[in-house]
Amino acid sequence: MKKLYDIVIIGAGIAGSAIARELSRYDLKIALLEKEADAAFGVSKANSGIVHAGFHSAPGMVKSRLCVRGNYLYGELKDELDLPFERKGELMIARGAEDEEKLEFFLKQGNQLGVPDLKIVRGEELRRLEPQLSDEITAALYAPSAGVINPYETVYRFVQNAMQNGVEFFPDSEVVAVAEGIVETTEQTFETKYIINAAGLNAAKIAEMAGLHTFDIKPRKGQEYLLDRKASALVNHVIFPLPSKTSKGILVIPTLDGTVMIGPSAEDGRDDDTTTNDVFDAILASTRTIIPSITPKLLISAFAGVRPVATGDDFIIGPTGVKGFINVAGIQSPGLTAAPAIAEAVVAILKKNGDLLLNKKSDFIAYVPRHPKARTMGKEDLSRSVALDPHFGKLVCRCEHVSEAEIRQAVREGASTLDGIKLRTRAGMGRCQGGFCTYRILEIMAEELGVPMTELTKKGANSALLAKDLKNDR
Amino acid sequence: MTDKPVVIVGGGPAGLIAATAAAEQGANVILVDREKHAGGILNQCIHTGFGLAFYKEELTGPEFAERAAASALVKGVKFMNETSVLSVSGKTVSVINEHGVSDIDAGAVVLCTGCRERPRGALHIPGTRPAGVYTAGLAQKLVNIAGFLPGKRIVILGSGDIGLIMARRLTLEGAEVLAVVEVMPAPGGLRRNIVQCLDDFGIPLYLSHTVTDIRGKNRVEGVTIAKVDEKFNPVEGTSFDLDCDTLLLSVGLIPENEIAETAGAEIDPASNGMLVDENLMTTVDGVFGCGNALHVHNLVDDLAVEAAQAGKNAALYAAGHVFAPCTIPVVNDGAFGNVVPARVSGTQPAVIRFRVRRPQKGAAVSVGTFSKRFAHLQPNTMESVTVPADAFTDKKEAVLCLNNTL
Ligand SMILES: Cc1cc2nc3c(=O)[nH]c(=O)nc-3n(C[C@H](O)[C@H](O)[C@H](O)COP(=O)(O)OP(=O)(O)OC[C@H]3O[C@@H](n4cnc5c(N)ncnc54)[C@H](O)[C@@H]3O)c2cc1C
Ligand SMILES: Cc1cc2nc3c(=O)[nH]c(=O)nc-3n(C[C@H](O)[C@H](O)[C@H](O)COP(=O)(O)OP(=O)(O)OC[C@H]3O[C@@H](n4cnc5c(N)ncnc54)[C@H](O)[C@@H]3O)c2cc1C
Repeated sequence: MKKLYDIVIIGAGIAGSAIARELSRYDLKIALLEKEADAAFGVSKANSGIVHAGFHSAPGMVKSRLCVRGNYLYGELKDELDLPFERKGELMIARGAEDEEKLEFFLKQGNQLGVPDLKIVRGEELRRLEPQLSDEITAALYAPSAGVINPYETVYRFVQNAMQNGVEFFPDSEVVAVAEGIVETTEQTFETKYIINAAGLNAAKIAEMAGLHTFDIKPRKGQEYLLDRKASALVNHVIFPLPSKTSKGILVIPTLDGTVMIGPSAEDGRDDDTTTNDVFDAILASTRTIIPSITPKLLISAFAGVRPVATGDDFIIGPTGVKGFINVAGIQSPGLTAAPAIAEAVVAILKKNGDLLLNKKSDFIAYVPRHPKARTMGKEDLSRSVALDPHFGKLVCRCEHVSEAEIRQAVREGASTLDGIKLRTRAGMGRCQGGFCTYRILEIMAEELGVPMTELTKKGANSALLAKDLKNDR
Repeated sequence: MTDKPVVIVGGGPAGLIAATAAAEQGANVILVDREKHAGGILNQCIHTGFGLAFYKEELTGPEFAERAAASALVKGVKFMNETSVLSVSGKTVSVINEHGVSDIDAGAVVLCTGCRERPRGALHIPGTRPAGVYTAGLAQKLVNIAGFLPGKRIVILGSGDIGLIMARRLTLEGAEVLAVVEVMPAPGGLRRNIVQCLDDFGIPLYLSHTVTDIRGKNRVEGVTIAKVDEKFNPVEGTSFDLDCDTLLLSVGLIPENEIAETAGAEIDPASNGMLVDENLMTTVDGVFGCGNALHVHNLVDDLAVEAAQAGKNAALYAAGHVFAPCTIPVVNDGAFGNVVPARVSGTQPAVIRFRVRRPQKGAAVSVGTFSKRFAHLQPNTMESVTVPADAFTDKKEAVLCLNNTL
């Protein structure tokens, strides 16, 4: 069976989903393809969740421009899609005169790129911003426009809104062949005018399928460690050391969920999601030179993500030698920040090509509030929600106060796996890490999806959670 | 004098017994539990070994829970099931259920919220993040309540009682338990469980070993196990791999005190339990605590005694009784893992419960002029002494001491 599309987007990470949402403003037939069981299961799931201010990279680079622009656009998107995003501000710290000179360099670079309101803070002003900072720290470059975002929830907001505006989303659809105007997945074949390659770590592979051998993707792994809410009293801003050649260094990040994250490492050539003790020790040691009161006892969870680093160390965004095939590749850090600007850039490319009619829809739905969450509602709002839907009155996840209504809503929005529920609702992400609620969540999923419990998985194919039904197959 | 209710938060054995004891004092008692059926963790403990002391009969967990619930009902306790407590502020208990959010104005509150299991993250086991890593308690629920086998080839990390009991249970249900791995030189669970759950089934127990790696992208494919030195660091050259599809964690229980925190009750940072006085009152006036939320008990029978005391005292408090001020801090001489209570009055006999840090043979436990000899003391077993009022001769502090008498 063949289907005819205007645009097929490969990859439902932050890049693919932001592009889908932006393009859904226009009268186009669009498909968003994802090889995993759900969106946001790739790089966009495991990162630092920072919307950078954008003073880090050199003005000539594509990623620098798109980072600053992306940061700005998140302000607008927050209003439209009620994104989980907050401008908490960044501090890049210095110890002594030599370091402080480097701050001046980044201040100048940031100003040149148009990063708003940058300034260097010292002494009391600095301690007021960040009272727990180590005494050795003498100054910091302060960027109030930087923020933290929940990266996977943002992907889901984009995908959800894109679908409301007519984009068709195909999970469990791995692209296996690409040619001019044709995309073949394990499931079906798509005929399309444009192909957008936003396949993250697989972007080079997809390009090769189309016959393009212009770049390579090298993995660069980063481990991150999550600390208990108790640590949130220790930091107010995202805190950076001075950067190295390959990374922005080990950061201290106050997340939107009230936890604190430390990391990431930068391990070239590694593309697995394992965490290791030596790296943890190094991350902890580095963190303690910034905030000495952070201790290993606060650790609740760990994960690792892999940055897709392209040849040339920059984003590769643009048309190619294959007609209609557009690359959105090498989206390493700050890809999360840049995503909305990447989407704008893709629209600009399509406009420039001129062979696709880009008519804005009159019925485009731009403003969509988030579904209410028991955790963040006041008593009165919560009571009102319970009156409308009694499932709000049943807290399934006791640690994060996630109600049954939210779990059911997540399934109805497309979560088909336990990780999908977790990323959408936070159920199972708290202190007990799912020890209490996993079984109830599986029951609700089985009921909503109409499948037996033994078919439920953690994250899609080959990750079944239960081995055998003792009642029905003795 | 008030007829405001005594509100019991949590309907496990601690809550049920506290509720019954409060009702026996004539109090109007409301018991709030989030589940459909009271009983707490006991509902998933379908093995026997409960109630020998309390009911003079060997019962399964659910049988014990049923009896405790029936007694509570007979004494007039009002059950508010499928209701979660959101917070306690002063003595106002905020709850949520299918009817909405409401506040209960209580005369006294007893926190019986139980404990949670330590998860993988807190241990920092390196490796991948596949399906098939579960806490032993979750596996217990999956097998005993839901009727599902979580996996077929299983390695258990930690030799806590739940893990041991699950080793037997899973074997009986047809799974293969390849090993129980314990980082300490001695098992965490009770001796009888080692014999009945591992030895009888030929399941190997690796003491002073740990899991150093988890393999498998989507589902667990195997783990690496290594011997550890005295500092618990893996010893080079001792590691071996086991192919398995499941890793169960039975690595400790932590008192669940989110609600106590909302009340502003002081929590012992070492044990995560509430700090209580000899009447089991927390540092918040009129808010009491007992059961696993206070400190993790081995035996429900022992927990029952404590819970009955908490329930009775809460009822007395609600009826206007004023307790003698507890001004004498109980101080741990360092030999004990944790000690409850944290303060005594010196005006009445006080029950002091404790666990030793290291195994002891022929040791005496003393407070003031009181001393009691124990043939054996094990870190995995909670013990208690009842100290008469006149033994508290020092009114500034009561030091709990361990003296080796051998
Ligand atoms: C540790 C770490 C920390 C980071 N911190 C930050 C930060 O704080 N701020 C910031 O701005 N950026 C950060 N980044 C970078 C950011 O996470 C990435 O730039 C961004 O997530 C990349 O998004 P993407 O959509 O390109 O890739 P992905 O999210 O990986 O999306 C690509 C999708 O394509 C799918 N796919 C692949 N092959 C196929 C196929 N054949 N068929 C169908 N689908 C396919 C994948 O499954 C995946 O879902 C960090 C990265 C790492 C690793
Ligand atoms: C997973 C697990 C398995 C165990 N298995 C065994 C075993 O096999 N054998 C054994 O002897 N001991 C076992 N134990 C120890 C056992 O917990 C105790 O013996 C005893 O059941 C503890 O009683 P409790 O009433 O203090 O706590 P629980 O039995 O845990 O009861 C606490 C109750 O409080 C409710 N609650 C908590 N917070 C709230 C709130 N905010 N709002 C409303 N309700 C709330 C909970 O839902 C629960 O029903 C196990 C413990 C755990 C955690």
